[in-house]
Amino acid sequence: MSLVDRHTGFVAALREAGLPVSLAEGLDAVRALQVIDLVDRPSLRSAYAATLVKRPAHRVTFDMLFDLWFPSALGGGTASAGADQEPSRSTGPPALDPEVQAIRRELSDLLLTADDAALSQFVRMAVGRFGRAPGQRSWFSSGVLRAMSADTLMAGLLSAVLQGQERGGLAERVARRRFRDRITRFEQLVATEVRRRIAEETGVERTARLVVRPPLERLDFNRATRAELTALRREVYPLARRLATRLTAKHRHGRRGRLDFRRTVRASLSTGGVPLTTHHKPRRPHKPELVILCDASDSVSSFAHFTLLLTFALREQFTKVRAFAFIDSTDEITRFFQPGVDVADAMTRLAREADLVWITGRSNYGHAIEVFADRYADAIGPRTSLLILGDARSNYGDLALPTLKRLVAGARHAYWLNPEPRRDWDTGDSAASAYDAVVPMFECRNLTQLLEFVEEIA
Amino acid sequence: MTAFFASPADVRERLAAVDYLADDAIATTVFLADALGKPLLVEGPAGVGKTELAKAVAKAANAELIRLQCYEGLDEARALYEWNYKKQLLRIQAAGSDQAWERTHDDIFTEEFLLERPLLAAIRRSEPTVLLIDETDKTDVEVEGLLLEVLSDYQVTIPELGTVAAVRKPFVVLTSNAARELSEALKRRCLYLHLDYPGPERERDIVLAQVPGIEADLAEQLVRTVGTLRALEIKKAPSIAETIDWARTLLALGLDQLDEAAVAQTLGVVLKHVSDQERAVKELGLR
Repeated sequence: MSLVDRHTGFVAALREAGLPVSLAEGLDAVRALQVIDLVDRPSLRSAYAATLVKRPAHRVTFDMLFDLWFPSALGGGTASAGADQEPSRSTGPPALDPEVQAIRRELSDLLLTADDAALSQFVRMAVGRFGRAPGQRSWFSSGVLRAMSADTLMAGLLSAVLQGQERGGLAERVARRRFRDRITRFEQLVATEVRRRIAEETGVERTARLVVRPPLERLDFNRATRAELTALRREVYPLARRLATRLTAKHRHGRRGRLDFRRTVRASLSTGGVPLTTHHKPRRPHKPELVILCDASDSVSSFAHFTLLLTFALREQFTKVRAFAFIDSTDEITRFFQPGVDVADAMTRLAREADLVWITGRSNYGHAIEVFADRYADAIGPRTSLLILGDARSNYGDLALPTLKRLVAGARHAYWLNPEPRRDWDTGDSAASAYDAVVPMFECRNLTQLLEFVEEIA
Repeated sequence: MTAFFASPADVRERLAAVDYLADDAIATTVFLADALGKPLLVEGPAGVGKTELAKAVAKAANAELIRLQCYEGLDEARALYEWNYKKQLLRIQAAGSDQAWERTHDDIFTEEFLLERPLLAAIRRSEPTVLLIDETDKTDVEVEGLLLEVLSDYQVTIPELGTVAAVRKPFVVLTSNAARELSEALKRRCLYLHLDYPGPERERDIVLAQVPGIEADLAEQLVRTVGTLRALEIKKAPSIAETIDWARTLLALGLDQLDEAAVAQTLGVVLKHVSDQERAVKELGLR
């Protein structure tokens, strides 16, 4: 494969993964390749990143594809060419194998230092040795991670650096995080190496299609892994800030307010009573009151959490925000989101202290809506926007449609956000279209859709 | 245009000579921006040295730094050029009535009555120039449109004078805190560099370079603790600038060990929200 083919293949793969790479940017990359040293892989990576990736959220995908298209080595690499053929002997637990223990000691030493090159070298060897069990046709990172079980090295690493210092204090926490990061790095390298091996055997394009995950802002809330959820949570504040800037700008640029008759007449005196310039009252900013009613059951909780976080981060854009959560009973949860309260705390307290369960602990929209109407009907007035978050899966229970209809009639606007893809609506116990008839329902599966919606109502 | 730098390694060396420690990505990207003659868009959280990078490049390349600070409401008259109306008025009045209007008209739209603003100034300079457009995200979207002509062709069109093309392409650095997404058109014309918090080794070197007199051991402890703070889920992660402030604080207080008591005492230097401080105290077991 020539360099140009490889370049175009790489750019095509980036586009397929959802990165907007324009023709001009592709040409910039080629120009960049002419002036840098192609043998220097880090600077090749930086050159591509500088010309093609213009959003930090796309960087993860880019790195993954770069490692596939421009692999760091071929086969087992030069240093350990023979290691591949050697089948790993899986007689007995690997932890007792003296050879495995020697390798683990080596890993432990590498984790103590910050030598990334040596760690990559080690990973290449380890994957060659443990990545493919006898009889398996493909490569797996699980075998390597099991044999190395890097987490169990932590105790040894900690005692190596702390050396008799008091345990449990600040020093230990700092050291623990440092090694946690190193171990994560090790695991990432293993995953990269395994992908490289697979790509070598089954073709780069095919592997790329299998391993690439959508960028964070297009990731389904329901399919996110735990690490991705944490990353998403970190995004909430920057997102809220960006959205708030945009909303304030939008409000300012909007049409002018009503004519200020007094000021116009006064100003006209200087021009002989002819009102050359008209003066207007500043427009009163449109700040709706928001009442959020959200399903807190497991199936949609991560989605509900994000929406709550985002709306509370944006509270300046609303006159008042009140939030209620339900599973099969309803409770007010506004108190967990006081200004300045820690986000992660609020979530754990919400789960522990709020009174959301009536009998079964499974979603029952009908009963939850009845309870809401019974206890908190005063929350909804002619200035409120009612926002319901949930998948409308009521476990075949009652739907309380007349009550909901009454509530909606009392509110200024009502919206329903459903985290399920539209094609799954009305399947199984989903009562999507029944509720849709009362409250307009929107699909809201990822951050992009959520942001579009919030911008719409604020 | 003659380039400032010969290779990424050269960039790194010369930036280090002016006390800016660049990593691989920074060095390569700066080198490319220079070699390809493209503007460089630097994005990242506050306080990671975006503006410093532009200043360091100017210093390393012996070029003059021209700075355009962006803010809401920035317009053409403040960014590009403006006609000196008062002087034009004087000229018209001084001309007397016998001069033909056409001549006066031609006279008042000349160099003499043109007020240069940063963008035009940067383009017209024949000496090496670094143009820093700071906090691009603070401007209105319309200003981005204004920048497009300047950044892609290095020219400015003044209706009365014609098009002014660059004598010598300036090295352009745009910075952004990502308070708002910049337009695709602008991003497409730039090389992109995302500056993030540095790794512990690089941050330690930065602290050692910026805070003379600090022990290497203490600096090491300091950056590792800051790294731990950044990993917590807090509202505002400490920036490099704050790490350096912290180092200075410790030095001023005469502390040579960063233990629980020292951290609890000086936490306000790095964390500036009450909830963040509370969280750090709890997670790190400071009390």
